[in-house]
Formats: sequence, structure tokens, C-alpha cells
Amino acid sequence: MTGARFNGRGVWAIYKFEMARFRRTWLQSLITPVITTSLYFVVFGAAIGSRMSQVNGVPYGAFIVPGLIMLSLLTESLSNASFGIFFPKFTGTIYELLSAPISAFETVLGYVGAAASKSVILGLVILATASMFVPLKILHPVAMVSFLLLTAISFSLFGFITGIWAKGFEHLQFVPMLVITPLTFLGGAFYSIDMLPPAWRTITLFNPVVYLISGFRWSFYGSADVSVGVSLVATLGFFALCLALVAWIFKTGYRLKN
Amino acid sequence: MQAPILDIRNLSKVYASGLLAVSDVSLQIQKGEIFALLGPNGAGKTTLISIVCGIATPSSGTVSVAGHDIIGGYRAARTLIGLVPQEISTDTWESVLATVRYSRELFGRAPNPAFVEKTLRDLSLWDKRNERIMSLSGGMKRRVMIAKALAHEPEILFLDEPTAGVDVELRRDMWALVHDMRLRGVTIILTTHYIDEAEEMADRIGVINRGKLILVEEKHALMRQLGKRQLTVQLAEPMQQLPAGLRDWALVLSGDGTQLQFSFDATAERNGIPGLLRRLDELGVGYKDLLTQQSSLEEIFVNLVSERTGTSSS
Repeated sequence: MTGARFNGRGVWAIYKFEMARFRRTWLQSLITPVITTSLYFVVFGAAIGSRMSQVNGVPYGAFIVPGLIMLSLLTESLSNASFGIFFPKFTGTIYELLSAPISAFETVLGYVGAAASKSVILGLVILATASMFVPLKILHPVAMVSFLLLTAISFSLFGFITGIWAKGFEHLQFVPMLVITPLTFLGGAFYSIDMLPPAWRTITLFNPVVYLISGFRWSFYGSADVSVGVSLVATLGFFALCLALVAWIFKTGYRLKN
Repeated sequence: MQAPILDIRNLSKVYASGLLAVSDVSLQIQKGEIFALLGPNGAGKTTLISIVCGIATPSSGTVSVAGHDIIGGYRAARTLIGLVPQEISTDTWESVLATVRYSRELFGRAPNPAFVEKTLRDLSLWDKRNERIMSLSGGMKRRVMIAKALAHEPEILFLDEPTAGVDVELRRDMWALVHDMRLRGVTIILTTHYIDEAEEMADRIGVINRGKLILVEEKHALMRQLGKRQLTVQLAEPMQQLPAGLRDWALVLSGDGTQLQFSFDATAERNGIPGLLRRLDELGVGYKDLLTQQSSLEEIFVNLVSERTGTSSS
């Protein structure tokens, strides 16, 4: 192997390794989110949704589908990627990664690629599950897949950063449980932010998850809380920010190298 | 002389805590050499290895592997290096075969089932290839670590305390493996607390203490230069005190008066032994046995380290 050659085998090795973990824990990885999503439909779709009118011209049960997919996508991308890089740090096997002829970009490609793949699979499974409960339409399928991929990759990058930052399992839980889940619930997953009082609506616009959910929902129903262009720019901005942070981590060796 | 396969120049490492772990170390290792790095706990052995392998970043200095700088040409440099770290760190849920294949591919090597099988057979792991690592004994896990390090066919193998806490059988297997690797032209750098291991395997010895490489020497030369030989004269009759006629020799009479001990330089032209034996005859001091012993590498190591730290040595 020459000095500058792309270590594709190394990337593939990391990707396969991470996907093997997904397969080993498929019950936990796939079935649990499907059950959770089904419960959301029972509670919000059937119990509460039956008493609610349409939101922006969309039946409430169908309206919450994009938000539910986003909720799982964000938390799973984050958890998969953070656990993927944290576990080698925890067990000490990170030595092999650090001593391998593999670049920072290739490492991220392997880990984030696997985490994003798992999340996208999960998102599609939830979409399939949702279609059994409510009639769905996807007006802009290309945009839907693009938002799905971009969000999965961005939050997998964010998870990778979290996994490197984490000093223990409690740190790993901190971000998805105490940051992402509240932001998603308050980001219009189950309601339109137009339903909020003006002051709260303004505050909500500082929540980055609003833009992810809004853009994703637009790809389904063609209507959104904020302009789809703004959603796209916000999502790309978050992606760029995560990329910059990952680049800095590898440049400085932050919590990776002594 | 060939260019060294490992060339370390003025390498230093200061941790964020301010600890100077490696201090201005320069070291050249030739291809095919077995080099043993000795030093007490915290001397800087693992830090030095970690820098060469890319796990730790140097504060200053340069390291090149077969002419490839470990930073600028890290891909080429790391491809040549295999590392067996001190701690047993494995992917516990993976099978032996899967983890070894993973290591090979991570280092950019194409799959080679025949090579992987040979490596596992050499390490008595083939029968366990489908078992999860978590089910293996400590010794077997150590073998897996070695198999992972060898999976990408490295030209330099770092063994950081490879036989710490392993059974006699694995230790013997390890030694055999090292000899086998040497025959294949692999350069081996090992750190160890077991001096007999270094004595058995190494061509050259380096001693590191408090981050400084205080000595690098060919093993036999080191033992010749620093190894004292001692002559023990088993007396026929115990004596109360040393006769005045023996004061020209720095003799030590044992507590029970049955032995005379005489330290001498085996490399000196006149080591004093013939004269001592003649004088014993002249004085009528009978002896029934003579025994000479050479300092072990362990004694040399302890003396070196204690000299540098200013403590008395035995």
C-alpha cells in the first residue's frame, strides 16, 4: 500500500464490524423502536388523534409520522455512532484503530457510514410500520430520502463526537436522553409550531430539530412550518458543523490520543 | 551498514500533566534484529512504543519506519508495524476468526484465508476459531492478541510485556514464535520484566529509566562489559579470618568461614585467579571445589537502574 492510497479495505472492515454488531442485537436494534413507534400510534394516533382535527390539511395520525421517524432517526443515529466509537475506547481495543494505516476520514466513513445505515434501515422499518396504521403519501420521495440520509449522517457524526467526548456510559445517555429527545418533542414532532402562541413559536425557531422535522414533513405532505430551503440550509449547516468538529478531534487527538 | 528499519531521533514526550515520559531518546534498530527494551514500571517503555505505533503523539523528535516518517508517511509506516499491547483488549463478542480477519483488513490487506489459518494454527487457536473471545481463557486471549498483530504480515513486531501473567506453555510458545518470526526476517522489539526472556531472545538490549535511554548494547557485549564473574573457593577447612597473605585480593569470607569469594573481570588479561590459587597453596589453605559464576542480565539491569537513581545496589 502506498502512502496516499485510500484504505478502502479498512473502511469496509469497520463498516462490516459495526453492522455485525447490529445483526447480533437486531432484536434490540429493530424490534424495540418498532414497538415504541406502534405505541406512539396507539396513544397519539388512535387515542388522542381521534379527537383532533386535521393539522395543515393532514390527518393527525399521518401528520405525526415524519416526526416519529425523525425522533427515532436522531436518537438511533446518535446512539449507534456514539456507542460504536465509545466501546473500543472503553474496552481498550481503540489501540488497533489508532495504530492502523487508516486516515481520520476513513475511520469516520466506516463508523458513521455504519451508524447512518442502521438508522436509515430503522427509519424505513418505522415508515413501513406506520403505513400499517395510517394512509401515507410521499409527495417528494427524492427529497424524503435526501433528508433521511442527510439527517442520519449528520446525527451519526454528532454521535461519533459524543462517543469520543464521553468518559462513561452516563455521558453516552446524557445527549440522547436529555438533549435530543426533549428537542425533538419540542420541535414539532407531534404538532405544528403554528399551533403555539407567538412567543413560544419564536423561541421554538431556535430549536434546530424544528428545521429537520419541518423539511422532512414537507417531503411527505408538501406543507411545512418553515420554508424547505431554510430547513435544508439548517440541516446542511449542522452537518458542516459536525464535520468541522470531527476534523478538529482528529487533528488534536482530543480524547483519542495522549 | 543497512539503513535502520526503525530510526528514532531525539524523541521526547511530555504529557499534559507535565510528566516527561520519554526524554530525548535516539535509537536505531536494524532489520531482522530482536531488541529488548528493559526498564522498571513507569520508565517510558510503553509510551515509546505507543508513539512509534501512532497511539500517542510525540512532543518533539522524529521516528521513521523503513524510511517512512510516522506522521508524514503514517500509512506506509503503520502497514509495516504489528503491535501486541500490554493489556488484553479484545472484542469480546466476536469470534476468534472474525477478529483476526478484521485486523488484517483494517490494515488494508486483502483477505488471505490460508495465511490466517496458518497464523491461528501456529498459535494453537485454529480449533477455537469459531468461539467467541469472551469464552477463552486469559492465555488464549493473549494468543488472539498476537494473532491480530500478525494478521497483516508486519515487518516489525512490537511485543509489550508479551508474557506477563501467562502460563509456562504460552511463554515457551511465544519464544518459539519469536524465533520463527526472526527466521522470516521480522524485526522484533519487546519490552519485558522477565530478564531471562531478554537474555534468551534478544540480540541487543536497551535500558530505559525515567524516560531516558541509559544504555543500548549488544547483549553478549553488555554481559561481558558489565557482567562480573565471581569465583567461589570452597575451603577444605573453615577459617576464622582472612590470612594477611591474601589481602592483595579483594576476597570475601563467608559467614561460616567455608567459602572465599573473589570477583574478577573475565575480559582482563590478568584476572588474578592463577596468582590467588598459587598463594592459597603457599599458605597451605586447602580447597575442595572451585565455582565461577557470571552476573545475570537481571543483576546488570538492577545495578544499572539503581546506579542511575542513586540507590545502593546489592
